[in-house]
Amino acid sequence: MTAPLDADHDTAAKAVQVTDLSVDLGGRPVLRGVDLQIRPGEVVAVLGTNGSGKSTLIKTVVGLLPAARGEVRLFGTPVPRFRQWKRVGYVPQRITAAGGVPATVYEVVSSGLLSRRRLFAPLGAAGKAAIEDALRVVDMADRRKDAVAELSGGQQQRVLIARALVSDPELLILDEPTAGVDLASQQIFADAIRERVARGTTVVMVSHDLGPMDALIDRSVILRRGRIVYDGPPHASQTHAHVHHTHADSDDSGWLTS
Amino acid sequence: MTLFELEFMQRALIAGLLTGLSAPAIGTYLVQRRLSLMGDGIGHIAITGVALGLLTGTAPVLTAVIVAIAGATAIELVRARGKASGDVALALLFYGGIAGGVLLIGLAGQGAATLNTYLFGSLTTVSASDLYVVVGLAVAVLVIAIGLGPQLFAVCQDEEFARVTGLRVQLLNLLIAVMAAVTVTVAMRTVGLLLVSALMVVPVATAQQITRSFRSTFVTACAIGVTACLAGIITSYNANVAPGATIVVLALAGFVVAATVGTLLRRRSGRIAPLDDEEPEVGVPAPAPHVVSPTHPHAHNPDCGHKKVEHGDHVDYVHDGHLHAAHGDHWDEH
Ligand SMILES: Nc1ncnc2c1ncn2[C@@H]1O[C@H](COP(=O)(O)OP(=O)(O)O)[C@@H](O)[C@H]1O
Ligand SMILES: [Mg+2]
Ligand SMILES: [Zn+2]
Ligand SMILES: [Zn+2]
Ligand SMILES: [Zn+2]
Ligand SMILES: [Zn+2]
Repeated sequence: MTAPLDADHDTAAKAVQVTDLSVDLGGRPVLRGVDLQIRPGEVVAVLGTNGSGKSTLIKTVVGLLPAARGEVRLFGTPVPRFRQWKRVGYVPQRITAAGGVPATVYEVVSSGLLSRRRLFAPLGAAGKAAIEDALRVVDMADRRKDAVAELSGGQQQRVLIARALVSDPELLILDEPTAGVDLASQQIFADAIRERVARGTTVVMVSHDLGPMDALIDRSVILRRGRIVYDGPPHASQTHAHVHHTHADSDDSGWLTS
Repeated sequence: MTLFELEFMQRALIAGLLTGLSAPAIGTYLVQRRLSLMGDGIGHIAITGVALGLLTGTAPVLTAVIVAIAGATAIELVRARGKASGDVALALLFYGGIAGGVLLIGLAGQGAATLNTYLFGSLTTVSASDLYVVVGLAVAVLVIAIGLGPQLFAVCQDEEFARVTGLRVQLLNLLIAVMAAVTVTVAMRTVGLLLVSALMVVPVATAQQITRSFRSTFVTACAIGVTACLAGIITSYNANVAPGATIVVLALAGFVVAATVGTLLRRRSGRIAPLDDEEPEVGVPAPAPHVVSPTHPHAHNPDCGHKKVEHGDHVDYVHDGHLHAAHGDHWDEH
């Protein structure tokens, strides 16, 4: 990775800096005392069981949820004052991207460019080229005129990823981008992320199942009940293989055992 | 003398043209946000505005637009709060609007006939000064609905994503509410306050039967709105009935035709291009799957040096970025 390892105390050198973060939802503490620093160029996986607070952490980082205590800085600026949203690409944890009126793949992807567009200004040639490029990367170029609601779950997820990639962000934040996605889409998606990582993009990704993405990860963070219980390399040594697939064929007492 | 030479009919047709454009334009955004009935609520509140104008001798168009904007702002603020009681608050606002309006019109000494011209539209009562206000407001709504199209589309389509692109989502939501209020006032003289919501929603629903993109839905809905308004006004003149009713009946007839054609088209294209089979979906989060860590040569114990984490009724050991727990003769990934 090209991450600068110096300037450890310079907050501007961090893409994401989470300090002593606590977040309450519905009057209940969901995140407690979370500290996390992500350097530019790092590829970080956020792991943890359902309900451990992964989405809450991601949403707080992008400013969708307020911090009860502590703060989040993006590129050195506290999130409430952060204005350079064109540096950030966000993929929410959601498969359906459909409103009450049909919208095409092209239209949904083009809304990813809004952080770069001025009000009342038409989409320029550069913007159109960026949309074509993002569509090509997720292999949806020939579906651009199709209504998003008519696509499969994996294809819809690819549209959401293209929408995040189209503004060419320095920091990509993805919440379970591969959950419920077919294998072909997962491979296309991993290739798209690999291309961005090679260009130095910082990636923060929540996932149950990294699949083809596993090899890209520099570091994993494990959340449990709103706290970080592990933060370090995913492969410190090769003493044993990693199992990321579910054991449907396991000869053990059953998959509900824990 | 044909009806196009009558001065009041010229005014009615100009107002109808602008209403036919602006109501479906804002309606497309409302439908996309699944707020189809917002126009109806604002229409109810605007009745009080009209009554205030009649009572105080001010132009009802002006008082209606002010009260409608205030009401729309209130609705949007209640909605944004997302409180469970918001639903009830909206109902109170709607009924208060109707009841207050009828009461005030009674106090102003006006009868049901005057009220009816505002509730269901009227061809003969669009004055020249009304027309200037209507043209100004409708043009403003159309310029914003088209000029800020990409921003409004993003906010209505995925509010959270729109916020992360740095859009002022609350401001844009408020703008949509205010535009809906202004459109209600624009449409008041043509379709009337009780039927304005139909002209916002029905052309959009009709367009959707045959369109696939947001932009084509927007354009088609506006075309349908204009057609219904102009044809409704002419029919209303010939049949001597309130224009609101004829416009909405025509719009609904258009919907029935489009729904039938749309179903037939979909059935045909469905036969030509069957759905391609996708690979089976994997990675759907299963309920706590049992994953065995294979070839795990190390035996964790409380003193082995690996970090320990409480997990329900057992302890997990942090091991190379994985969590391992003892299970019989092997180690599980947790
Ligand atoms: N709006 C909410 N109000 C109250 N509790 C919530 C809300 N959203 C999520 N939670 C709770 O917060 C916890 C963490 O949720 P989340 O961050 O979505 O978990 P994850 O993404 O890791 O599955 C869960 O226990 C969930 O029930
Ligand atoms: Mg989640
Ligand atoms: Zn150990
Ligand atoms: Zn465990
Ligand atoms: Zn182990
Ligand atoms: Zn086991």
